[in-house]
Amino acid sequence: MRVKFHLNGEEVTVDDIWPGESLLYVLRERLGFPGSKNACEQGECGSCTVYFDEETACACMIAAGQAEGRSVGTVEGLGQGENAGKRSLGFVQEAFVDAGAVQCGFCTPGLLIQADDLLKRTVDVGMSTPGDTEIREALAGNLCRCTGYEKIVDAVRLAADRHIEARGNA
Amino acid sequence: MDFLSPSTLDEALQAKSAHPEAVPIMGGTDVMVDINFDRQRPPALLDLTRVPELAEWGPDGDGVRLGAGVSYTRIMKDLPESAPALVKASRTVASPQIRNRGTVGGNLGSASPAGDVHPFLLATDARVELASVRGERCVPAREFYLSPRKTVQQPDELITAVLLPARTGPQQFAKIGTRNAMVIAVTSFSLVLDAARRTVGTGLGAAAPTPVRAGSAEEFLAAEFDWEGARMPSKATVDHFGELVAAAARPIDDQRGSAAYRRHALAVMARRALSWSVIDYRKEGVRCV
Repeated sequence: MRVKFHLNGEEVTVDDIWPGESLLYVLRERLGFPGSKNACEQGECGSCTVYFDEETACACMIAAGQAEGRSVGTVEGLGQGENAGKRSLGFVQEAFVDAGAVQCGFCTPGLLIQADDLLKRTVDVGMSTPGDTEIREALAGNLCRCTGYEKIVDAVRLAADRHIEARGNA
Repeated sequence: MDFLSPSTLDEALQAKSAHPEAVPIMGGTDVMVDINFDRQRPPALLDLTRVPELAEWGPDGDGVRLGAGVSYTRIMKDLPESAPALVKASRTVASPQIRNRGTVGGNLGSASPAGDVHPFLLATDARVELASVRGERCVPAREFYLSPRKTVQQPDELITAVLLPARTGPQQFAKIGTRNAMVIAVTSFSLVLDAARRTVGTGLGAAAPTPVRAGSAEEFLAAEFDWEGARMPSKATVDHFGELVAAAARPIDDQRGSAAYRRHALAVMARRALSWSVIDYRKEGVRCV
């Protein structure tokens, strides 16, 4: 079957899809977007978290055909575009680097999407930096096996603080 | 494998009638796991995410009609007043990503004894709306579950909604797991006090081959509860209520917990849910008269 959807703002068309395959498989194996990671294939780890029509979801549990006409956002779309030929990082990505929240990096793409979504629902709409409990609840479905959670929570807080600061200066 | 993608309820019912072996899929949190792990290869998937009728909720008489495709995230946002125990149960479902996708209809379709919404649906005496090209019928949740993962749903039927009676008193839900997220219930419990009829409803999850009620605990508490003044019941009453709830369970030993632990946990959750409910009942005094 053929499936057409928007990926990071651009329309993509994929042919010869087997109806039982997941959106994650389509992204990684058919479209060459390996940012979303494949680990548990059962929604336990959050490594394949993507935006699916503005809500976050595990791409491993979305059937390819369910993506028809929808908009999908992956970690590859979080950057702020090209700057002098170099792709620059998004707000949350910068904060993860600065806070040392990346160890092996496997869980990072999923955490970035989930953290980005938290900021969209809080600081983006004028709320203050989310508390640690709220950050932990938002990230509860993303497993990091390098035991880096402290730094990850630091990174989300840092991203939120910077966002608010930038808003104040605007 | 075929992929059927109806865009109205009528089309969906016709598709299910023409392909009764097609597996309905909403959030995919059960169906896709089975496919990813090669546990099932259905001849067709019936995608219900484009059927607008399933994604709606609204008033139904004094109660609420909750479309089978409303996500847990939306339930948490929209139903804190009309179904606080369902909201509480929804908040214990897995993770934000899964709550964005998972639905009550899916929980009912899978009918795992550990499903998070079943105890509440039993306790509140909700009805499950089933539809097919033959027509529509409503089955009380209390008659819906037959055996592990088996229900009264017929091969040509779709679960279209649950009908929640009007709330007239406190509702509680409690769940035991190894952490606060990403947990399949070791066991769970819901308690609903109906101040209008002066009846008590209970529901036990992961405690028997199907979700079950604790009938004798319900009758005992309905008789003992101070429906006028909501005095805190005596310790003996609270303890006995817990014992009756635990006695209604027929749990098994498995990797998530032992039968003995499940019984113990049910008694503890029942006692706590009762205490919380007494406090809620006093707070909501006006509403309950």
